[in-house]
Amino acid sequence: MIDKTMTSAEAAVADIPDGATVMIGGFGRAGQPIELIDALIARGASNLTIINNNAGNGGTGLAALLATGGVRKIICSFPRQSDSWVFDGLYRDGKIELELVPQGNLAERIRAAGAGIGAFFSPTGYGTQLASGKETRSIEGRDYVLEYPIRADFALIGALKADRWGNLVYRKTARNFGPIMASAATTTIVQVDEVVALGAIDPEVVVTPGIFVDRVVAVGERPWIEGGTFVGGVTIEGMPLFDTSRTAFSSTKEA
Amino acid sequence: MATRISREDLAARIAGDIPDGAIVNLGIGAPTLIADFLPDGLEIILHTENGMLGMGPKPAFDEIDPDLINAGKQPVGELAGAAFFHHADSFAMMRGGHLDVCVLGAFQVSESGDLANWSTGAPGAIPAVGGAMDLAIGAKAVYVMTDLLTKQGESKLVARCTYPLTGIGCVTRVYTDHAVFDVTPDGFRVREAFRDNTVDELEELTGLTLRDAATSGEGHRHG
Repeated sequence: MIDKTMTSAEAAVADIPDGATVMIGGFGRAGQPIELIDALIARGASNLTIINNNAGNGGTGLAALLATGGVRKIICSFPRQSDSWVFDGLYRDGKIELELVPQGNLAERIRAAGAGIGAFFSPTGYGTQLASGKETRSIEGRDYVLEYPIRADFALIGALKADRWGNLVYRKTARNFGPIMASAATTTIVQVDEVVALGAIDPEVVVTPGIFVDRVVAVGERPWIEGGTFVGGVTIEGMPLFDTSRTAFSSTKEA
Repeated sequence: MATRISREDLAARIAGDIPDGAIVNLGIGAPTLIADFLPDGLEIILHTENGMLGMGPKPAFDEIDPDLINAGKQPVGELAGAAFFHHADSFAMMRGGHLDVCVLGAFQVSESGDLANWSTGAPGAIPAVGGAMDLAIGAKAVYVMTDLLTKQGESKLVARCTYPLTGIGCVTRVYTDHAVFDVTPDGFRVREAFRDNTVDELEELTGLTLRDAATSGEGHRHG
């Protein structure tokens, strides 16, 4: 019997050691595995290398992990955002190393790691600072940069549903880096709203086959979903609306 | 100023050049305005690099879905026919030449079509590139939407970029608040001058030698 489900996020991340390289799924807040990140923070791992598209938003999730000081280096494409003040402060104080990778090269380097590709030639970034020092080649009249895979010891991913074999489906643009990161880590840990019975996910719609997944934790539905149905009632940050007066909110929004 | 058109008018102007059936990426920032001006009755599919084709308009406030966002991390809608996919697929669409048009902002565009739009190289600035380098080299047509001049009055059209490059020889056309410029093997060609702009005045503003599409029958100008 194969059962990848774990009883808690804390148990799922308990063996992530100091110095580990950890991929964290999500694009901005969409798809960020908040409960797994919180469990990693509680564990108190240090000297981590984190791979994510961004460098945290606000004071929660990845930003909260950075705020612990336990992250030595981050590999990402777009750290600077309107609400990335935690990263901004660490970077300006010289307390975190940044490796900036163009977004498509980041994605393809992760995909290559999971797919067993040794390296690949990408046209992205040719002739720019982000390709300086890298091997280049002209192929059929186009210039390319040699890019190497990015792999990790652990991947922390958010998905919508899993079964006990680790088959995954995602929800909308929260899919983003999940499928490729799942394939590129030695140990892939996934949080889902719900673990369903084997066979309850149509094999035709499985996005990440369970072969890429090691551990699954159910964390319950997010505030904007009830009984599997979108109900809204949240801000883009996923925070519940405390003022239920839509008129008041619409006028504020337009201001 | 009578010599400039508004950002909204520029967005509408660009929208008018996007043909029925095109698959388009509008990046982040000002170019996303173009979505509001796409002509009714055409099917133009918007791609957002975080993993969606068929992006729809901004939702009503009570329909905001944190799992449904664009590359600028703003809430968006979902049209009938939309598709979701992971990041490697999304950038395969871009890098693989499957997008018809992308529209990007710019710090500088050179006469040979080099683009600089991700870093000013200023000390202390936090660099961020996102998908700009993939879009710049990937789409069949790369349009730039920008003011012609910086706030300090310097031309963003230049002989050679001084800011760090995003891509080499990648820009097809530049839409500015003064005029529309095509990138040609012989430098910039004024495709359309807005309002009372003249090619002579544009040459003065940019310090560049410009070709005039109107006199060579390659375009038209609005008075």
